[in-house]
Amino acid sequence: MARIGVFICHCGENISATVDVAKVAERAGKLSGVAFSVDYKYMCSDPGQTLIIESIKKYKLTGIVVAACSPRMHEGTFRKAAEKAGINPYLCEMANIREQVSWVHPKSDATTQKALDIVRTLVEKVKKNVALFPIKVPVTKTALVIGGGIAGIQAALDIANAGHQVIMVEKKPSIGGHMSQLSETFPTLDCSQCILTPRMVEVAQHPNITLHTYAEVESVTGFVGNFDVKIRMKAKSVDMKKCTGCGACSQKCPTKKIPDEFNEGMGFRTAIYSPFPQAVPNKPVIDRDNCSWFTKGGKCGLCKKICPTGAIDYETQDEFIDVKVGAIITATGFDLKHADFFPEYGYGKFKDVIDGMQFERLASASGPTAGEIRRPSDGKVPEKIVFVACAGSRDKAKGIEYCSKICCMYTAKHAMLYKHKNHEGKAYVFYMDIRAAGKNYDEFVRRAIEDDEVNYIRGRVSRIYEKNGKLIVKGVDTLMNSEPVEIEADMVVLATAVVANIGAESLAQKLHISYDQHHFFSEAHPKLKPVETNTAGIMLAGACQSAKDIPETVSQASASASKAIGLFSSDELTREPIVAVVNRQAPPNFTSCTGCLLCMEVCPYHAIEKEEIKDRQGNLIKVAARVNAGLCQGCGTCVAMCRNKSIDIQGFSNDQMMSEVMAMLNS
Amino acid sequence: MKVGFYPGCSLEGSSKEYCDSLFAVAEKCNVTLEEIKDWNCCGASAAHNLNHDLAIALPARTLALAEKQGLTEIVVPCAACYSRMATSQNEISSNVASKLKIEKYINLTLSTGVKILTVFEFLQKYIFPVVDEHIVNKLNQKTACYYGCLYSRPKETATLEQIENPMEMDEVMAKAGAAPIDWAFKTECCGAGLSVSRTDIVAKLSGKILEDAADRGAESIVVACPMCHMNLDMRRPEIKKQINKDINIPVLFITQALGLSMGISADRLGLNKHYVPTDKVVNCIVKTEV
Repeated sequence: MARIGVFICHCGENISATVDVAKVAERAGKLSGVAFSVDYKYMCSDPGQTLIIESIKKYKLTGIVVAACSPRMHEGTFRKAAEKAGINPYLCEMANIREQVSWVHPKSDATTQKALDIVRTLVEKVKKNVALFPIKVPVTKTALVIGGGIAGIQAALDIANAGHQVIMVEKKPSIGGHMSQLSETFPTLDCSQCILTPRMVEVAQHPNITLHTYAEVESVTGFVGNFDVKIRMKAKSVDMKKCTGCGACSQKCPTKKIPDEFNEGMGFRTAIYSPFPQAVPNKPVIDRDNCSWFTKGGKCGLCKKICPTGAIDYETQDEFIDVKVGAIITATGFDLKHADFFPEYGYGKFKDVIDGMQFERLASASGPTAGEIRRPSDGKVPEKIVFVACAGSRDKAKGIEYCSKICCMYTAKHAMLYKHKNHEGKAYVFYMDIRAAGKNYDEFVRRAIEDDEVNYIRGRVSRIYEKNGKLIVKGVDTLMNSEPVEIEADMVVLATAVVANIGAESLAQKLHISYDQHHFFSEAHPKLKPVETNTAGIMLAGACQSAKDIPETVSQASASASKAIGLFSSDELTREPIVAVVNRQAPPNFTSCTGCLLCMEVCPYHAIEKEEIKDRQGNLIKVAARVNAGLCQGCGTCVAMCRNKSIDIQGFSNDQMMSEVMAMLNS
Repeated sequence: MKVGFYPGCSLEGSSKEYCDSLFAVAEKCNVTLEEIKDWNCCGASAAHNLNHDLAIALPARTLALAEKQGLTEIVVPCAACYSRMATSQNEISSNVASKLKIEKYINLTLSTGVKILTVFEFLQKYIFPVVDEHIVNKLNQKTACYYGCLYSRPKETATLEQIENPMEMDEVMAKAGAAPIDWAFKTECCGAGLSVSRTDIVAKLSGKILEDAADRGAESIVVACPMCHMNLDMRRPEIKKQINKDINIPVLFITQALGLSMGISADRLGLNKHYVPTDKVVNCIVKTEV
């Protein structure tokens, strides 16, 4: 026999000003199964909670309903009180008579009646409540970091320095990412490689970090604390243990005319190559798409002949390794919009119309021109450069409405670097707005304008064409009577839009995380959960979530690392038991589930698996669905899908919901 | 095959040769153009500067008449007419209140709407499938395809695949055996309606277009807009004054150029109606080997 206690809160005057709380308490006391009912000014206060605890003990209550605010506000408070009084916390329910009654209705009998109706439905529900217990999930204290750019490096080092194991997967032959390609960094103009390469080395040498370069994530299964990851180790054709990184193979490789990705196509590399001198690991791989041994069926073989340690092996195949991790940090970075997106700017058509990343390589001491700004077509030092900020970004007609965020700053930096190296040169920047909202950022842009005399023109460029060896840039100066402007430039640098990395959506699908319409990964909450994803245990770092500069990327990487470290701080995870369960019955039925597994299809969290019920001899008796409590988020989609009501959400069962509805209808 | 046709004022007057050549090409390919009965002015240049409702109502009336006549598709060869028609249709189909108001003004009802075709869409849909069997001449000349502004903007009414770098006309000209050049002024403004009030501006803008075409060796310029044609062809004396250069490149309508490749006579195509003589264009032509 149920003995329910009902506690009506005044919430100061928040509830009592519109609801006749005494009347609700009095009426509730008369409901069937209610053993005790009372109203009190502040139920969440210490004396209020004591009142609840004492009443549970005194009246031997089997469940309680607290009629007060939203459960979002104080459910935890009252469940703890119930637990203190010795009953299971899940036998406490809240009736929301503040947000759903007193705050939205005027004072009237109907308002009081509505409060009573809500109390009555919860009384009926709580009669059906059963004791529930938090779910404990073990945690594998190893993190997987996908991507070895600055975001991945920072996250990996933070987690490793906290004493946990990290596995880093990078698809290219070296870690370093885009940052390793940059010349100097805003707003301080310190050399990008100088600050990055020590970090790269630290990753390689850290005892807690296992680095897999030239590798990609193949598949991910499991759930928070217990992910199973399959990693594809692409065939390097070089035995990393034997190779000493002497470089003899790259020097002798006869295939020398492959456009160099690291130099953004402005230079060449060989088929067996290490992407740049400071690469980590600094050992080459064979690019099989271009190596004549592979493309011409066993011709050449020079590198194998000359390798002093016999490290070259043409026979190696892609290998797969399986790892178990507790948390995953996605740090896969971004890409830039490339040619054919701007036919009107001649990008891809005129050699001297380049993008921002190409300019970085021109300005970099390790670049194809050893840091001298020389234009790609004829190697001349340009006398006049036009920079176009917002090439594709914030352009609805081009399908990219967002701001790429980094361009204003790096364009100012580019113009500045050019002016520092060529005092007589002229630099023009076409811009929409200058977005320099960061520490010392606006000062940096002002420096470019005022000290380095970069000409900023507010307006957009309509067309770039070649005439008599010059690039004619046609635009408008909207601050000068919107006059058309034409500049004869020697080189044009387009700050092309930052876009999601190629293959971002397929990785998101492997990880079961969501992505936006531009294929950037989605955070769980734009403000309050900016580094988590909707899948527990998977975090985001860097530009894979949205365009970001280095400081912001590093901050987010550290934030996501702290989430992983937090996850690893205990041996078990505790989760709310509000999850789906497939019912169990006595033999010979075992369960009413018929094993149709429609629920498996609809589960957005891949939390439902096939279970084979077997007898002691191992003979199959029945196939049924089973819910993995570690993955289930309690959304209830499976419950709606189940044809014979074999699945229920604990704490929100069909039976409980029905009781509530019936109580409401029988008022 | 039958397609509706809206001439607008230009095709009956200043650009009669555009109309004649369009009909000649259509006839060759067995396409009948049916004029919308009792059509009225599209309101171009003037109406949308004076009264928004009027600017929407004028094309709407013609569109309603086309519907009434049972036409499902109409070709609107004039770029300005096309722009006004498409703008009107856009507003009517996206704004119910506006639709009801306009219906009251024109005292006609508008249903789902007629499909409005630019001359490019018309050629692609009705002429291209059969054009190869009719092409007997190779134009054999470098030509600059000039699209002007109204086909490429605003983006709501532009049907070109790449609005910043359209290629539709280039495709037609390649079919006609000409060599379309890559140039920089495809979508620049010719000065359009300022032709009368500020001829100096038109001369300056059109002058730049002609200069670039000449610099890049164009032997002809091809257009699909009566206004563009008028500015580039008729305003040569003023342009000459502006740029101090005598440029004699003839300007053809797209349908005239295509008609020449189909072996239609220069007279029938109205080539004799231009200010800049078109003999050079005709002289380039060679017969294709059969």
